Amino acid sequence: MKKLSARRRHPLAALVVLLLALAATGGLYAALAPQKAVADDTQQSLAIEEGKKLYAVGCSSCHGMSGQGSSNGPTLVGVGSAAVDFQVGTGRMPAQQPGEQVPSKKVIYTQAEIDQLAAYVASLGPGPSIPSKDDTNVTSANMARGGELFRTNCAQCHNYAGKGGALTNGKFAPILEGVSNKHIFEAMLTGPQNMPSFPDSTLTKENKRDIIAYLNEVNSSPSYGGNSLGSLGPVTEGLFGWIFGLGALIAVAVWVAAHTTKAKKS
Amino acid sequence: MSTPTDTTKPRGKAPAGERVADWADGRLGLYGLAKANMRKIFPDHWSFMLGEVSLYSFIIVILTGVYLTLFFHPSMSEVTYNGTYAPLQGIQMSEAYASTLHISFDVRGGLLMRQVHHWAAIVFVAAMLVHMMRVFFTGAFRKPRELNYLFGFLLLFLGMFDGFMGYSLPDDLLSGTGIRFMEGAVLSVPIVGTYLSFFLFGGEFPGHDVIPRFYTIHVLLIPGIMAGLLVAHLILVFYHKHTQFPGPGRKNTNVVGMPLLPVYMAKAGGFFFLVFGVIAAISALVSVNPIWSYGPYRPDQVSTDAQPDWYMGYSEGLIRIMPGWEINLWGHTLQLGVFIPLVVFPLVLGFIGLYPFFESWVTGDKREHHLLDRPRNRPVRTGIGAAWISLYLILLVAGGNDIFATRFHLSINVITWVSRIGFFVLPVVVFLATKRIALGLQRRDRDKILHGRETGIIKRLPHGEFIEIHEPLPQSALYTLTSHEQPKPLEIGPEVDENGVERKVGRIAKLRARLSQAMYGRDTQIPKPTPEEYKEIMSGHGHH
Amino acid sequence: MSESTLPSEREAHGGELAENPFADPGLPPHEPRRQDIDEKAAKSSERTVALLFTVSMLATIAFIASYVIFPVGKVVFIWPIGHISALNFALGMTLGVALFAIGAGAVHWARTLMSDVETAAERHPIEADPETKAQVLADFAQGAQESQLGRRKLIRNTMFGALALVPLSGVMLLRDLGPLPEDKLRHTLWSKGMLIINQNTNQPLRPEDVAVGSLTFAVPDGLEETQSDYQEQIAKAALMIVRLAPEDIKDKRERDWAHQGIVAFSKICTHVGCPISLYEQQTHHVLCPCHQSTFDLSDGARVIFGPAGHALPQLRISVNNQGYLEALGDFEEPVGPSFWERG
Repeated sequence: MKKLSARRRHPLAALVVLLLALAATGGLYAALAPQKAVADDTQQSLAIEEGKKLYAVGCSSCHGMSGQGSSNGPTLVGVGSAAVDFQVGTGRMPAQQPGEQVPSKKVIYTQAEIDQLAAYVASLGPGPSIPSKDDTNVTSANMARGGELFRTNCAQCHNYAGKGGALTNGKFAPILEGVSNKHIFEAMLTGPQNMPSFPDSTLTKENKRDIIAYLNEVNSSPSYGGNSLGSLGPVTEGLFGWIFGLGALIAVAVWVAAHTTKAKKS
Repeated sequence: MSTPTDTTKPRGKAPAGERVADWADGRLGLYGLAKANMRKIFPDHWSFMLGEVSLYSFIIVILTGVYLTLFFHPSMSEVTYNGTYAPLQGIQMSEAYASTLHISFDVRGGLLMRQVHHWAAIVFVAAMLVHMMRVFFTGAFRKPRELNYLFGFLLLFLGMFDGFMGYSLPDDLLSGTGIRFMEGAVLSVPIVGTYLSFFLFGGEFPGHDVIPRFYTIHVLLIPGIMAGLLVAHLILVFYHKHTQFPGPGRKNTNVVGMPLLPVYMAKAGGFFFLVFGVIAAISALVSVNPIWSYGPYRPDQVSTDAQPDWYMGYSEGLIRIMPGWEINLWGHTLQLGVFIPLVVFPLVLGFIGLYPFFESWVTGDKREHHLLDRPRNRPVRTGIGAAWISLYLILLVAGGNDIFATRFHLSINVITWVSRIGFFVLPVVVFLATKRIALGLQRRDRDKILHGRETGIIKRLPHGEFIEIHEPLPQSALYTLTSHEQPKPLEIGPEVDENGVERKVGRIAKLRARLSQAMYGRDTQIPKPTPEEYKEIMSGHGHH
Repeated sequence: MSESTLPSEREAHGGELAENPFADPGLPPHEPRRQDIDEKAAKSSERTVALLFTVSMLATIAFIASYVIFPVGKVVFIWPIGHISALNFALGMTLGVALFAIGAGAVHWARTLMSDVETAAERHPIEADPETKAQVLADFAQGAQESQLGRRKLIRNTMFGALALVPLSGVMLLRDLGPLPEDKLRHTLWSKGMLIINQNTNQPLRPEDVAVGSLTFAVPDGLEETQSDYQEQIAKAALMIVRLAPEDIKDKRERDWAHQGIVAFSKICTHVGCPISLYEQQTHHVLCPCHQSTFDLSDGARVIFGPAGHALPQLRISVNNQGYLEALGDFEEPVGPSFWERG
């Protein structure tokens, strides 16, 4: 990897950015090309209609009939489709009970329903939208750079290996293992619950892909030295050392010091 | 073992061996040494081998440590990593960290040696602590062994610090966080703290000096002192001869067991290989300190679950439960939030390290003791030891409060508050409970002596009553259970003598008498049965 | 508990009651082991020991073979541990077995074949007998007298003086371990007009980049990772940028030093200097992962829990005429852990 400074000062950096921007615009244009737009529009409004119905049943009791929020849940105006896709797609929403920390659980909506819900919530106000396939495609990402970004932005809460960690008053940062690229991307983008957001303006899409690539590597790489003891650092190592290390040695010591069986029992 | 008797092993009985021994004797006085030590008697008990676990894990640490020095570069120069571990390729890091990655991923067996080194260190300090507590609870620290206890305690203390230094050397994110903590702790020292910190780090934190300096301290200075203390410790073990538990034929004036040659040569020598084998197997199966996962140290990065190795965990607990007190007066800052833990840290350890001198002063006992106490027969000492362990444990829990919070779904703030209260309350509760339990066990011993062992056999007497048969204890058991002393507390005597003249009793003498009363006075021992009581019951009169 | 022993048994035992029933019966007689009386059992023990030593030899050969065969990067799946380094596993297990088998063989040999007769050895008092003590004291007195140390006070005093002073040279030599602190802990790289660089993108931050509820880490413009003092500088200058709704900011000074609700606080904990950065965007609390000091970013970053002694220093920021966030000067108080001269 190039050094940060080198990267920053690279004379071609501006050109690369320009090309990327052009490519992105082109891609966007292609995606939203006029010939498809009409069909998309009707589909879109249909999805919003369906989403509104789902919303009224599953979400409105806490977030209000039109997403304005209530004492039980925050407003959803402007949270964008990415937030819905993350919260509902990881089973955090609908919550069993309102609170500062809503844990992930079994997902109860299909992806199609989630998309409809997301479309409806997105229609309430502009907000971050669900990342595209390309956004979360990490094949060309730089995982070493991602590791550095992870240690700067993420490890303080989620632990060096993404094993989660404690926050104040019983809240916690969840484990990042087994979370899809898309959901990690969305979490960074939207900042669910007490997690701060890392919008594209401060953590670019490329940065996010690097981080995801690093996490994928961490989650799939072997634990070279043997059982990782949960990757929780020296506390579990110490516990293991006491119980199985010293424990085994004391068991051996008992055998060494014990009297050998006598021929006839007195 | 440490005596130079190797040349006279049985296989060397041939004249050639004898000639070698003669040569050595002419220069080292070998036969004289061997005469005193070759058939030295050692008693057998598993708990006597805890010290051996410490000794052997220390040797393992040294062997593997020497190997690691062959590859480790204690330098903080920044390099760009281009080694085999892909997730760090191209990252800036110190040479120390890069060379540790090299040991882990490019040197064949390097990872194993690192893991053996680290596991052995964890076991080393744990074994020393357990060994010390064994000595504490059995009263083996009493005269003539107070100094040797102190040597052992110093070994524990130095071992903890050397472990901390070793943990700091790889310059990974975790170890750097530990060094940063150390900087904060040094800075909190009043008046000289800032200067000490600048001298330690060669300027501002982290600088480029601290790892090479820690390296010298870790591999040379502290191990050198420890080796000296260890030799002194072992020489004194030989010189004092080992303590033993009371039992038939085992007196304060003898030592019963099997000879060094051959039994202990084989058992202790074999035990070294057993310890090494177990630690090697653990290192093959269980990862320890995976520094590549932590990443290189940068002062603006951190990972949660940032803890020291377990033996520093209790200092971590002290610092985590401390409220954030800070005094600003006359243009100076006293950061009590760090400084108080820094002061309490050696006090907690020092208490247990200096306890032998305290106890011998309180009891006024100047005799040699070679027979061990059963912990129940010294309820106050046992209570103090248990209270100390409970304090240590609650601080360990507090030091890992974030792990406990996430794994048991608790609030970190609640754990911290419970630890804060527990720090003061738990030792008292544990002391009282342990003392009660010890007295209960003494009472049970008394019952066993007087009424025999419960056999579980129910018999029906001619008049219909059911009773459980109690089998009288064999004489060896009777002796074992009654051989201990029940000391009397010190008396200061009447403060007014027979002529009505006030006798001067110093405040310290009064305090000593009070403490002695607490140690051996009321409610500290159940009177053990006298032979007369026993005879009376056994002859069938009285006592129903 | 009622009467505990049966009359008949009491009688049987009563005859054995000696003068003192608690007297030391002495060492019990030695009981032979099976191996002591049965040569077949002894032979079996011998074979076990030899087998263990043989296992050790085989394991050492396996160790050498593993070292040669397995490439250092090879990964294998070992149930139930998972994917681990083949070489580490093979070397550790073979070494472990080779060592353990030697130990087990030696101990089994000692336990089953070597004599297990317990004998008693007399102890001798550690203290010297009175004659020795008297002799030593006399020798010492004579030596002390011959030295004339007690008589010639001038020698004694100057010698003590010299011995007391000479270690000072050693202390003096330690002076160059490091420079004096001076005011180094009081200053960071931040200065008036310095741009605030986003650590992720390496670009200067603009106010519109920073959303409410987001968290960004920043460094001063011009700080390069390749600089030799990079670590020292970032250890003081690291910054945490968050944006609060201006009405959520309770502290007046914090609001004044912010730019449209964007606040910049030192990332370095005031306790012992961990990079404090566990920001909870709903509560506006920031928690230190090392010792759980908790600061309220909506209230001047004051300490609300844990061992830190004072609030996180805030950096005054504004926007320059190109629309970039800039510092309005250095921190007004030292960042990081407290120290004596901090005041």
